[in-house]
Amino acid sequence: MSTNNTDSSILLEMKNVSIEGYSDESWHPIINQVDLSIRRGEVLGLIGESGAGKSTLGLAAMGFVRSGCRFTGGSVLFNGKDLTKMNEREKQKLWGTKFSYVAQSAAAAFNPAHRLINQTIEASVSHGIGKQDQLQREAIKLYREMQLPNPEEIGDRYPHQVSGGQLQRTMTAMAMTSKPDLIIFDEPTTALDVTTQVNVLATIRNIVKEHNTAAIYITHDLAVVAQMADRIQVLRYGDTIEESETNNMLKTPKEDYTKSLWAVRSIKKKEKKTTDSILSIENVDASYGSGPKVLQNVSINVPKGGTVAIVGESGSGKSTTARVITGLLPPQKGRIFFEGKKLEANLDERSKENLRRIQMIYQSPDTSMNPRHTVKDIVGRPLEFYHNMKGNEYSKRVIELLNLIELDESFIDRLPSELSGGQKQRICIARALAAEPELIICDEVTSALDQIVQEGILKLLLRLQSEFNISYIFITHDIATVKAISDEVVVMHNGYVVEQGMKSKIFSPPHPDYTKLLLSSVPEMDPKWLTKILSSQKSKY
Amino acid sequence: MHPIIATLIKRIGLGFVSLFFVSLIIFSSLNLLPGDFVEAVLGQSRTEETVATFRKELGLDKPFHIRYVKWLSAAVQGDLGSTFSGRNASYANQPQQSTARTVTGLLKPRLYNTFFLAAMTALIAVPLSLFLGITAALYRNTFYDRTVNASALATISMPEFFVAYILIICLASIYQIFPSLSNVTASTPFFERVYLSILPALTLTLVTVAHMMRMTRAAIINLLSSPYIEMAQLKGLSRSKVILEHALPNAWAPIANIIAFNLAYLIVGVVVVEVVFVYPGVGQLMVDSVIKRDIPVVQGCALVFALTYILLNLIADVISIITNPRLLYPK
Repeated sequence: MSTNNTDSSILLEMKNVSIEGYSDESWHPIINQVDLSIRRGEVLGLIGESGAGKSTLGLAAMGFVRSGCRFTGGSVLFNGKDLTKMNEREKQKLWGTKFSYVAQSAAAAFNPAHRLINQTIEASVSHGIGKQDQLQREAIKLYREMQLPNPEEIGDRYPHQVSGGQLQRTMTAMAMTSKPDLIIFDEPTTALDVTTQVNVLATIRNIVKEHNTAAIYITHDLAVVAQMADRIQVLRYGDTIEESETNNMLKTPKEDYTKSLWAVRSIKKKEKKTTDSILSIENVDASYGSGPKVLQNVSINVPKGGTVAIVGESGSGKSTTARVITGLLPPQKGRIFFEGKKLEANLDERSKENLRRIQMIYQSPDTSMNPRHTVKDIVGRPLEFYHNMKGNEYSKRVIELLNLIELDESFIDRLPSELSGGQKQRICIARALAAEPELIICDEVTSALDQIVQEGILKLLLRLQSEFNISYIFITHDIATVKAISDEVVVMHNGYVVEQGMKSKIFSPPHPDYTKLLLSSVPEMDPKWLTKILSSQKSKY
Repeated sequence: MHPIIATLIKRIGLGFVSLFFVSLIIFSSLNLLPGDFVEAVLGQSRTEETVATFRKELGLDKPFHIRYVKWLSAAVQGDLGSTFSGRNASYANQPQQSTARTVTGLLKPRLYNTFFLAAMTALIAVPLSLFLGITAALYRNTFYDRTVNASALATISMPEFFVAYILIICLASIYQIFPSLSNVTASTPFFERVYLSILPALTLTLVTVAHMMRMTRAAIINLLSSPYIEMAQLKGLSRSKVILEHALPNAWAPIANIIAFNLAYLIVGVVVVEVVFVYPGVGQLMVDSVIKRDIPVVQGCALVFALTYILLNLIADVISIITNPRLLYPK
């Protein structure tokens, strides 16, 4: 990662770029007079939360705006020509040749109907850059550089036949085939598990460096951008907050907002040892239908008034464990105890009282709330169902609950669509609280939220725990969140429990192999982290 | 075995099961219809004795389930029984002299006519609506798109007989290009048959194109917000390449379904058009037979209709399976 790019010439320069988007029957600003420049071979990190305008700005660097958006000012100069003044055909000549784009979700950005190799070389073929078979050979070479398994044959597969990490690497290869001057990476590793992310980050970094390609790397994760970028630009609400060399940015961020991007990493709950158990599951096996076993001999103990974090990659069985506990998926084997008494395996057989005591909060508040119900209906439903509340008492309690989650009564008649992401998740918390449960299962409740909003939600959950002595099962793939709020930690992998113990014990060596891999894969702020982790992994083999 | 083959076998099996239930429904519901062929034919002069003899001859004296099993087992072998009409009261006493025709014999030429008209219409309508649908999607929200949509809506909003008469006025009366009567017979030579059938085929094209074209357009536009379409645009592909190579291959399943639906309509739902052009198709035959209470013919027609529906939907299913690489190439 060289920072001595001073002698290189400017490749792309955006000046005073403004972009508006159309919604609710009027035009709203998305980007406000932002400047951005990139030298040849330089990697610029673009960081900010959702809605900051990162993707819009990244696409604008190619002269592209999504439908429903428009340029309202400024210029995008590439080789002295203004992209905003070009017509569609002139821009199409640059796209896929001089510019390439790597999208956030590779699974969605590959056309399900075509083989990978054809999609990889499609841009070069249609721009007449080379012959089909020669391009295919080059693509295979790139596949090899991207460390894809079976580089000769993987291209013959369809997108659904390879894993997410492989697809993401294929997409990077696809972006490289035309040897572009600039690649826009739009959150290329956000959808991946941490252990997969390390490899993808490493291959992207190497290939960009070797081909001396300039890149804009868009992400919301500062630790990731620290590994990738020479320079970082922080965006918020379509404005540039600050911009400087990576090392300076990490050591001495000037703006409060930039500092707040570390927010969650700054919460540290003191771990509390509790011997009383509220829930325990013993030797549980479970599967969906007649499929393979998703859980194998899983035993987990939840301390009363404490928080157990279940961590693991996607497919490790975290959410299935939650479904078993709530009775949505009766296990094939094993037992569930709640406060020492055996709990019926099937939801339908549980008493109303037992149902009330375990509540759940989901990852996506958008899909877990009925969009046509008001906040009052949503929060009030458990009041009616479990506590037979009506009329005045009901309304009063809804307002009480709203106050508990730090919202005022003006929210009572709003629909979910009139709330922000964080407010929606708070309403879901209020709905769980309304039942007055003893255990709340939080399934990735902060994954879809921005850092600052995440911090607010986690603080709220911690406060509610200390006030009402509620126990939490906190399912997450994010190690920073685990460190922030848990007392005990369960590490899961492929349906097995790898280990369970107090937070301090899990996070200090010696670790089982998998935990070690998982922990070492979490990006750290140190810009040399990726290099270090790669060399330590290499030295092992 | 490739999982696709297993899926196909399952689909075909399910097709047979639905056909069985449809046959049961056809047979039992026709038995519930008011009116009775025997009493209608024998008229005022009937006596209890002649009624009983005639019933016996037609096999109507046997209980329901026996008649059903007999009818179904014959139908499976391609024999749909004999018509009721064609026999008349005087034959009731001398059954051996009955001149009743077989239902299959009656149905065959009619069915040929119907399939001929349907095929002719499909040959015009399907390519036309695909072309219009794809180009409308390609140039969406332009003047072209709006014109195509508006005219398609206009034709679909008019009743078919109205469209038919307008075509007759324009193309058979004012400009005498095509005949207004399409009375084809079994001996009509092929090209004359095509010539005679043009107006009904055009009428049917006008009423089906709108539906197919709008669904094609919708199926494609529905995909245009997919990330892989944006990706294709950012590769610098032209608009037509984006639509034809990236959107269309993923839109075949809904398009095939809507085409199958319309083709089925061309076979089972065109009685009005047949009447206007005096075209001897199955639709007319079925209506005539209902009026005459000639139950075997009605049953035969209904069974053929059911078979057509199930077969066309099966084909649409097959198309959506083989155009989906997720099913064609499992992990």
